Amino acid sequence: MALKMVKGSIDRMFDKNLQDLVRGIRNHKEDEAKYISHCIDEIKQELKQDNIAVKANAVCKLTYLQMLGYDISWAAFNIIEVMSASKFTFKRIGYLAASQCFHEGTDVIMLTTNQIRKDLSSPNQYDTGVALTGLSCFVTPDLARDLANDIMTLMSHTKPYIRKKAVLIMYKVFLKYPESLRPAFPRLKEKLEDPDPGVQSAAVNVICELARRNPKNYLSLAPLFFKLMTSSTNNWVLIKIIKLFGALTPLEPRLGKKLIEPLTNLIHRALDLLYGMVSKKNLMEIVKKLMIHVDKAEGTTYRDELLTKIIDICSQSNYQYITNFEWYISILVELTRLEGTRHGHLIAAQMLDVAIRVKAIRKFAVSQMAMLLDNAHLIASNTQRNGICEVLYAAAWICGEFSEHLEESNQTLEAMLRPKVTTLPGHIQAVYVQNMVKLYASILQQKEQAGEKEAAQEITQLMVDRLPQFVQSADLEVQERASCILQLIKYIQKLQIKEVPVAEEVIALFAGELNPVAPKAQKKVPVPEGLDLDAWINEPPSDSESEDEKPKTIFHDEEQRHSRHRQPEIDEEELARRREVRKQEQANNPFYIKSSPSPQKQYQDTPGVEHIPVVQIDLSVPLKVPGMPMSDQYVKLEEERRHKQKLEKDKKKKKQKKEKKGKHRRHNSLHTESDEDIAPAQHVDIITEEMPENALPSDEDDKDPNDPYKALDIDLDKPLADSEKLPVQRHRNAENLKSPDTEAPLVGKKSKKPKKKEKKRKEKEQEKEKKKEKEKRVTEEGKKTYDIQGNLQNDSQVTVSVIFENKSTSFLKSMELNVLDSLNAKMLRPEGSSVHDGIPVPFQLPPGISNEAQFVFTLQSIVMAQKLKGTLSFIVKNDEGSTHEKLDFKVHFSCASYLITTPCYSDAFAKLLESGDLHMSSIKVDGISISFQHLLAKICFYHHFSVVERVDSCASMYSRSIQGHHVCLLVKKVSNSVSVDGKCNDSTLLSNLLDEMKETLSKC
Amino acid sequence: MIKFFLMVNKQGQTRLSRYYEHVEIHKRTMLEAEVIKNCLSRSKEQCSFIEYKGFKLVYRQYAALFIVVGINETENEMAVYELIHNFVEVLDRYFSRVSELDIMFNLDRVHIILDEMVLNGCIVETNKNRILAPLFVLDKMAES
Repeated sequence: MALKMVKGSIDRMFDKNLQDLVRGIRNHKEDEAKYISHCIDEIKQELKQDNIAVKANAVCKLTYLQMLGYDISWAAFNIIEVMSASKFTFKRIGYLAASQCFHEGTDVIMLTTNQIRKDLSSPNQYDTGVALTGLSCFVTPDLARDLANDIMTLMSHTKPYIRKKAVLIMYKVFLKYPESLRPAFPRLKEKLEDPDPGVQSAAVNVICELARRNPKNYLSLAPLFFKLMTSSTNNWVLIKIIKLFGALTPLEPRLGKKLIEPLTNLIHRALDLLYGMVSKKNLMEIVKKLMIHVDKAEGTTYRDELLTKIIDICSQSNYQYITNFEWYISILVELTRLEGTRHGHLIAAQMLDVAIRVKAIRKFAVSQMAMLLDNAHLIASNTQRNGICEVLYAAAWICGEFSEHLEESNQTLEAMLRPKVTTLPGHIQAVYVQNMVKLYASILQQKEQAGEKEAAQEITQLMVDRLPQFVQSADLEVQERASCILQLIKYIQKLQIKEVPVAEEVIALFAGELNPVAPKAQKKVPVPEGLDLDAWINEPPSDSESEDEKPKTIFHDEEQRHSRHRQPEIDEEELARRREVRKQEQANNPFYIKSSPSPQKQYQDTPGVEHIPVVQIDLSVPLKVPGMPMSDQYVKLEEERRHKQKLEKDKKKKKQKKEKKGKHRRHNSLHTESDEDIAPAQHVDIITEEMPENALPSDEDDKDPNDPYKALDIDLDKPLADSEKLPVQRHRNAENLKSPDTEAPLVGKKSKKPKKKEKKRKEKEQEKEKKKEKEKRVTEEGKKTYDIQGNLQNDSQVTVSVIFENKSTSFLKSMELNVLDSLNAKMLRPEGSSVHDGIPVPFQLPPGISNEAQFVFTLQSIVMAQKLKGTLSFIVKNDEGSTHEKLDFKVHFSCASYLITTPCYSDAFAKLLESGDLHMSSIKVDGISISFQHLLAKICFYHHFSVVERVDSCASMYSRSIQGHHVCLLVKKVSNSVSVDGKCNDSTLLSNLLDEMKETLSKC
Repeated sequence: MIKFFLMVNKQGQTRLSRYYEHVEIHKRTMLEAEVIKNCLSRSKEQCSFIEYKGFKLVYRQYAALFIVVGINETENEMAVYELIHNFVEVLDRYFSRVSELDIMFNLDRVHIILDEMVLNGCIVETNKNRILAPLFVLDKMAES
């Protein structure tokens, strides 16, 4: 027997393992089949041995061969043997092979029942887990019947790891042995409310699958699912539940009403996602889908929500994703058909913005707006504030301002003069009145140039006839404008009768084109060389000038003043030179209104000409759409256009290849790669056009050196270097360690527990703000440091002390700190306030002063480190006035901050270790140069441990979490490497603590 | 529900297969060949979901390796699409920069990972630490 054992283990040394098999197969590409059959022979030999390790190895290889398509069912009995191994390492190989090749027809499967039952009830959760996994693959009706009760018991196992697996397997059991469903159902239902979200989602999965077959049986669960739907944060689970409700609502119509609110909330969340999803390629398609929903939507709130989303999506980042503005204008016009919307103003603003900024689209926009004016009666019925009639405001303005693009100006003018207009809100009528004159002026010019005097007089007569209705308006603005204009027109009429050409002069009233100017344009103008903006143009008035205060210096002063007055008159030559320089500067300055007769023309002659868009009039695009336009047709046209473009591009590419010339691709940083292929239908260059001609290159655009938040662009997650320590901090540390009890608002005084707290800097943030102050720059710095301390009296609270230091020269007040709560960690806010409310900092900060405030956070689980994002808002007050500023920060709750240094005696420590309740884990760090003494001090200081016992280079340490977890450490140092073995009630907490410790140690 | 989970390389060699409903061994080889043919014939621009016979295929390509998951009509394609990536991330963490060879040489371990994530055709765990926990326990046992 002994000999056999020895022989077995020697043999084993020469056995192939899985790696050897895989390598062998790769090396025998020519005769793979032969090699494998040889291997199978070997495996058969191995399986005959008594040694379980050899068998397990053989079965492992079989699993690989099975994947390659070889039948291994002949080894079923051996697989069962390996499954019954006591060692988990072997057992799991057996179960893996079984799950891959066993099925209902496998006859030996009956032999496994007892083994599986034994494994299911094993104290080792992984034994149970592996048995459950295997069972899910090969459960037969017999197995299901025999094991149903065992599995049902496991559904209430203490470990969620087992519970969720058991819940999922139950579904298979129900399928194979339907009789088990009814007895097991109450427990399954219970699992919907399991404290572990994983178990919960497993239960949802199973019930959703069950409900597909017979939804009626699950109607009673609707309230439970409703609760889950409103509380669950797992999106996949939400989707499942919504699908389930989809099956339930036809059976219970009342459900529909209840679902509206939570579902709309979810839809809103989904709509927000659209922002990020759009690209040039899919924008039209997405908007088309949204438009369909707009049509179908019941209830104006939802419809308005969709409307704003459409506009937001299209207009984001300067219309970046719009390739065809004609399409966008049609969308806007289509949106005007919405009844009862509150967002007429928004649509109007978009129409104006696009028409002004996208020159190429003006002609089309004007034609569409003229149509809107013509159909005003359809829109005007809704005259409430911000109602859809607001778009008439935009339409009237666009038609007036860009009247040169109008084709049927007379008709439009007439539409604007209709009596119905007087029912519109006053501010819209006012725009009508103002713009009808613009329109009138351009008609007048046309007629005069064409020599149609009578037509010109006719149009004047029309104005004279119709304007009085506006003069009678109750709205002051309308009345005033109308009567003013009426007089003007009457005057023109007189001149016309005398046959004096008037058009030129009338049109001069509205001369000049409105050019859009980018918000950053001013900044882009370079300061001319040699110009010092900080230098005084005139000497500042000196204080000594106050004569009555210093009467004695009166003569001396007088003299000085004389000389100052004389100064500019001295040099005629110098003056002429300066004048020349100024003219030059003015010529370069687009914002300087030049004295030349037609400034507009000159502007266009400057190098900016190439930016002026060229409209490619595609004849396939119907410019004049009868009735209201349909945006849909653009989607199709756009597709055709893109296709054509692609074909052309491909052709070009081929040509280029032939010529072997690589042309530079047009640089456009805005486009994503996939978008690059799509050129817009109109050449639109909004950004460049709105900049002055000599604007500086815009690569620095987003990295504005004056951006107050630029300095905040710091990686806060990076471990701190020693040099980064703030001087204040060290000082405060010492102070706090000396008097730990000075700030303990939460620690009750009656408590007998040791009141021991440790403060520690976790992380520091240094934040700078810079502000531009006229031409001078003033640097301000705000700085915050904080530490986190656990609270023994309350096992779920920690106090965060934050030091606010004002390093700027301004006064900071109205500070408010707010943190984005996570599921686990929440800031403790006064009762009744919402999670969006910040907590006011109870003091103000004069320049150079620091102060400390404390905030309490509640935590559910402390086994993992947490990171919370937050914002500090405050008002900066200085000589110039006050501004509202914000600082973003992160608070890192490390696991060590949940520990409270607690002394422990060695006998209690030994008892704790013996108890066997603790999980164990260890780390090892190499390259430690500091002394062992120093190392222990670091662990004590940074990780809140205390030394229990120390023998040479070996020490035992102890600490306790605020929730009462014991943490025991054994630290050993051998030459330059340190090993830390830890034991703790919670394995996750321990591994996280050790990870943090590793981080600290690796820096030693 | 998930019906099968496959890893197949461009040459059509199966590197991992897991069936959540029994399929006969010779049918498996045929199915795998057809599935990979379907995936290979698709361009990068086409979407990652294919309707195939009675079920849907969700696939993602990582270098020369395709991961293809067969699901029934009630399963959420997007969830499975994310699951595939999650699975690869877990492999990547365990093997630190996983390669095809890692998967071949450690097939049993890859199975453990997959079994922790998918059970009985349902996604059961997505947290990387929790998925790897049993494997680390096993590695520790093997060491001692």
